Amino acid sequence: MIHSLFLVNSSGDIFLEKHWKSVVSRSVCDYFFEAQERASEPENVPPVIPTPHHYLISVLRHRIYFVAVIQSEVPPLFVIEFLHRVVDTFQDYFGVCTEAAIKDNVVVVYELLEEMLDNGFPLATESNILKELIKPPTILRTVVNTITGSTNVGEQLPTGQLSVVPWRRTGVKYTNNEAYFDVVEEIDAIIDKSGSTITAEIQGVIDACVKLTGMPDLTLSFMNPRLLDDVSFHPCVRFKRWEAERILSFIPPDGNFRLLSYHVSSQNLHPLRSASLVAIPVYVKHNITFREGSSQGRFELTLGPKQTMGKGVEAVLVSSQLPRGVLNTNLNPTQGTYTFDPVTKLLSWDVGKINPQKLPSLKGSMSLQAGASKPDENPTINIQFKIQQSALSGLKVNRLDMYGEKYKPFKGIKYMTKAGKFQVRT
Amino acid sequence: IVCLIDYMLESNKESLKLEAMKRVVGLIAKGKNASELFPAVVKNVASKNIEVLKKLVYVYLVRYAEEQQDLALLSISTFQRALKDPNQLIRASALRVLSSIRVPIIVPIMMLAIKEAASDMSPYVRKTSAHAIQKLYSLDQDQKDLLIEVIEKLLKDKSTLVAGSVVMAFEEVCPDRIDLIHKNYRKLCNLLVDVEEWGQVVIISMLTRYARTQFTSPWKEDGVFDEHSERAFYESDEEKTRNEPEAKPYMMDPDHRLLLRNTKPLLQSRNTAVVMSVAQLYWHLAPKNEVSIVTKSLVRLLRSHREVQYIVLQNIASMSIQRKGMFEPYMKSFYVRSTDATHIKSLKLEILTSLANEANISTVLREFQTYVKSQDKEFAAGTIQAIGRCATNISEVTDTCLNGLVLLLSNRDETVVAESVVVIRKLLQTQPTQHSDIIKHMAKLFDNITVPMARASILWLMGEYCERVPKIAPDVLRKMAKSFTSEEDIVKLQTVNLAAKLYLTNSKQTKLLTQYILNLGKYDQNYDIRDRTRFIRQLIVPNDKNGALSKYAHRILLAPKPAPLLESAYKDRDRYQLGTLSHTINTKASGYLELSDWPAVAPDQSVRNVEVIEPVKIHHFIFPSTAHPTPSGSDAESRVENSSQSSEESDESSSQSEKSSSESESDSEKKKRKTKTPLQKKTVKPTAKDGPYLSKCYQPTFCSSDLFIFSLILSVCPPVYSALSPLSLSFPLQVSGPAFVPEKSHDLLHRMTGKGLSAQYQFPRQPCLYQPTMVSVQISLTNTSDHPLEQIHIGDRSPTGLNIHCFNTVECLEPEASVTVFMGIDFNDSTQAANFQLCTKEDHFSVSIQPAVGDLFLPITMTELDFRKEQGKLLGMNESSATITMAAENMTSQPISRPVATVANLGVVPSGQDDIHRCVFAGKTASSGAVVLVTVELRESSTALITINTEKSVMGSMLLRDLKQALAQA
Repeated sequence: MIHSLFLVNSSGDIFLEKHWKSVVSRSVCDYFFEAQERASEPENVPPVIPTPHHYLISVLRHRIYFVAVIQSEVPPLFVIEFLHRVVDTFQDYFGVCTEAAIKDNVVVVYELLEEMLDNGFPLATESNILKELIKPPTILRTVVNTITGSTNVGEQLPTGQLSVVPWRRTGVKYTNNEAYFDVVEEIDAIIDKSGSTITAEIQGVIDACVKLTGMPDLTLSFMNPRLLDDVSFHPCVRFKRWEAERILSFIPPDGNFRLLSYHVSSQNLHPLRSASLVAIPVYVKHNITFREGSSQGRFELTLGPKQTMGKGVEAVLVSSQLPRGVLNTNLNPTQGTYTFDPVTKLLSWDVGKINPQKLPSLKGSMSLQAGASKPDENPTINIQFKIQQSALSGLKVNRLDMYGEKYKPFKGIKYMTKAGKFQVRT
Repeated sequence: IVCLIDYMLESNKESLKLEAMKRVVGLIAKGKNASELFPAVVKNVASKNIEVLKKLVYVYLVRYAEEQQDLALLSISTFQRALKDPNQLIRASALRVLSSIRVPIIVPIMMLAIKEAASDMSPYVRKTSAHAIQKLYSLDQDQKDLLIEVIEKLLKDKSTLVAGSVVMAFEEVCPDRIDLIHKNYRKLCNLLVDVEEWGQVVIISMLTRYARTQFTSPWKEDGVFDEHSERAFYESDEEKTRNEPEAKPYMMDPDHRLLLRNTKPLLQSRNTAVVMSVAQLYWHLAPKNEVSIVTKSLVRLLRSHREVQYIVLQNIASMSIQRKGMFEPYMKSFYVRSTDATHIKSLKLEILTSLANEANISTVLREFQTYVKSQDKEFAAGTIQAIGRCATNISEVTDTCLNGLVLLLSNRDETVVAESVVVIRKLLQTQPTQHSDIIKHMAKLFDNITVPMARASILWLMGEYCERVPKIAPDVLRKMAKSFTSEEDIVKLQTVNLAAKLYLTNSKQTKLLTQYILNLGKYDQNYDIRDRTRFIRQLIVPNDKNGALSKYAHRILLAPKPAPLLESAYKDRDRYQLGTLSHTINTKASGYLELSDWPAVAPDQSVRNVEVIEPVKIHHFIFPSTAHPTPSGSDAESRVENSSQSSEESDESSSQSEKSSSESESDSEKKKRKTKTPLQKKTVKPTAKDGPYLSKCYQPTFCSSDLFIFSLILSVCPPVYSALSPLSLSFPLQVSGPAFVPEKSHDLLHRMTGKGLSAQYQFPRQPCLYQPTMVSVQISLTNTSDHPLEQIHIGDRSPTGLNIHCFNTVECLEPEASVTVFMGIDFNDSTQAANFQLCTKEDHFSVSIQPAVGDLFLPITMTELDFRKEQGKLLGMNESSATITMAAENMTSQPISRPVATVANLGVVPSGQDDIHRCVFAGKTASSGAVVLVTVELRESSTALITINTEKSVMGSMLLRDLKQALAQA
């Protein structure tokens, strides 16, 4: 299926190649570079590029293009999903997925790629199995390796691939048995000029960090499972049990994993009201004007908390792509710092925490290119924020039980709300 | 650098070698040529010391073997040896590397290895063999027929581990052999949930194709209510003619339903490719009213990465053209954000346009108004086109749209204006009767518009509708005559056109202007324009030569033209299967498999019935057990709740149509399941428990306590076996894999006597491949001399009647090299030594192989009940027994199966009693096939009673002696 993989950095150099079948010349990437040149932004390179003999399917992450070479029909999502798994694995192993990290760990990268695909077909993509096969590099291990001359390949042959719970490695042992669950919800919204909500949706995930000895069998139940409209599970979750009882029952993988992602139906939140009434935690007052003929523009922005369930709004970051005609800005934030890049025209304002008594605002003027006509559109404002200790939808975990093992684990649940794609049109 | 690495590789220090290999891998990764290091690297293939080094060497070998074929052959024997390794992971990795070496000479070796691995007892090795099939096929297409045989065999496999890989091989090698799927169809459907995610994608897409050839269309009945009325109209016509002779309402095949039901849970998968493949399955196979269950999941995928969004949106675009209703409730999910990539934006626009209808058009248009102002002008232009499409599709808003577009004409951005002009032109063409005021307005704007395409469009409009704007058109022509030379080519062409049309309708005012323009055109630099000018002049200006044509000039130039159709680029995309690469690029990708149309009449349904129950083949477990009539059924039960229920349901639903024999099967299945349920309740969590034990049992080097526990588990559930016993009785004795393979090897030829050639033999305890009556013997030959030994083969043998299957002559054995060969010997059920001559080119050495009595047996599978029955037949003089005092540690720490299995190649019979003090074993002699039954009963005060029942009483007593010895000592 997947013939070869090329890693291309943002300046268009191939810095790693791997072939699973016979070798494909790297000149095949010329078609990719062509597309890259044509695209105005790095994101605009089409994910699927047909060439006379091959097809190139690429993903862009961390400013690296992962270009897979395909020779015949294959579901494109299959390849895309796999490439993202590769990136996730690299990130998991090296902490970051950058060109430097990959170059430093080229042997581990090669070993990983070798194990992940056999003849172009995915073989082992579970991180638990891979970690049994190839130990992730740590500083200590790197030092030891340089002295003793060994590498990160596990000395023992892994058995995980053969087990009926392939996602969990065998023989796990911890002195402190802990299971932590993070319920993280993201709100996606588009707010129009007048401040009314065009669309708002809540998407959530439950990320888990489970460090339990042996083969624990966990069940997790919710106070209000009916909130969850559409869900997708980690393979460990027993689907039938969920269908019947709305209980998550699973033997967890060892370590970090995403147990569940869900979508909260807006209808369920407000049975009688329309979808536009998902609680919006912040509001924005804005006044951005350009006058015809003048080389100055006014810029005013004020943020305030709206429906935050009594919790503080933190880590607020406002960013906006200003029109091309804007040469520079002269703005005054009441708190935080702002930057404006005159080349990319990107304005970003790191607000920090919103104090309801003293609302943060950013006011000032923009200088426009002399003689240029006034831009048609006012910029869109993207907002990021976090609200700790609350899930916007009101989802609550009821209890977590463990079967199959004797000890008492330490359990913890954390809730958080974040802004997803939160845009305000002005 | 290369020299340095070469030097490092030659060194004796492992750490230096390792460092060198790391650098070599670094070179390969950078795409640098490292092929000259081949000889130095290949030497390390057989490196025993470090697993790591080996892996890196494999990486290198696979990369360069194709370029250095001769040298690569040197490494083959290492892998051949590893293929026989007792550890399944080593066998699997050997097969993986061996099959990745693309050297045509070794095709026969690969073929043999694949065949052997396909019947390996480890499902992991079988999975690897399925992968190897594709590799071999791409290397040598002539092997197709043989490979199909292997595929057929592997398709029968019941392990979830194998299913995905073998279907992949099937798709690659013989996607047209749909007949191979019939018998496995239901099994694949039922296993699907538990297959690993990548395998699921492949199986689902294969099953989609399969279903389209085997079931009748579920769309006929509800086709009438299809919202796509035109299509439904034709469809229902066809259907009438088709259905009339049958006059039977549509009934969905239960197997068709099974597929739909079993794929539905996978919509909840975290893997986007799986979700997409289920969605396309529903799109292509489900009744129309059920397709919409995939909507929610597809919309969920839009939260994923940009590339995923791109593919999913493309598919939604195709779907939404045919079935608006599916995605209309989710319209807001397709609203464009300013941060989206351009191709995502245009796809969303495409979908919004398709979803627009009378009810929601005002919302859509309001949203479009925002987009038109976007800074991304390409996207703004796309929006204008979308507005144009909405205007033609929904007649109520045509005027509103048109007015909106006219307003855009005064936009500051050129691209926006140009696009508006083009779209207005198209719209006006569809309803040319009104709107002369719009044309006038455009004529006024003409001076300010600089984009050539827009100018050309306006000129064309003027010409086409010159009769409706009789005053303005000549004036525009006058302006054009002035600026003709500085216009773009496309504008010049339209100017010539306009001039010609005006000349025909209003020659009085424009005659001179036209001639002026034609003269300018005559000397233009572009030959297209010169051509056009010449043509127009001949056509419209009457002269003597061609008066015939100019009569028709009016009809030629001013013929009514059909309005352009504004339709989606995704209109015909659904000719490709959704979710495929071909669908994405909208051309047929190589290797694309066409989705066939539904058959008019369903092919025979009974082909999918599994009439004969598979004989109980227990390759899967290292020691035989009848615990699971479907050996890897235990795999499928990994999520007990999930799969067992669904397969039970399916059994029920399908069994009605099945023949009585298969009914009995499904009955017994059900019984088994039912009897198992209480057991599951007893243990706290069956899933958690079953898992690790079973997986451990796969390993050949299991520790004995596991074996013990396993037999314990077996002994707890007697009802299962009693329900099954009538079935198993009817089968001949089934040979299973050995319970234990002793590592001990014996000297065949010492290197001193063999003048450098040394040979050792051991009994791998596998059934002999050559003849069933033979015992297989593994011989490893090593050359310890300093010169190569040639033509090693087997010479004369004694006793002369001895039946030996010799190994193939080893042509040459280099110094320090060793090779493993297999031979088969029929010992005729006696421990008499087999004597033969081992020959090299120069010498003959007499050697002999002396088997222990235990090696002359083969383990067989048997139930407790069978065992009793057989034992009943072998009483009296056929029975020998002895009481022994057990060694202390044998009593406590170890179960007795271990020492028994070490001594004799016998299989454990699962005990039906709760009595853990009794262990029974069964086997048969290799040559005559006589049954050998061994019972060991533990008594008080560390004594044990050994009973052996066999008609071969001599062997029985010898075995008794050996067992006594083994159990008595520590």
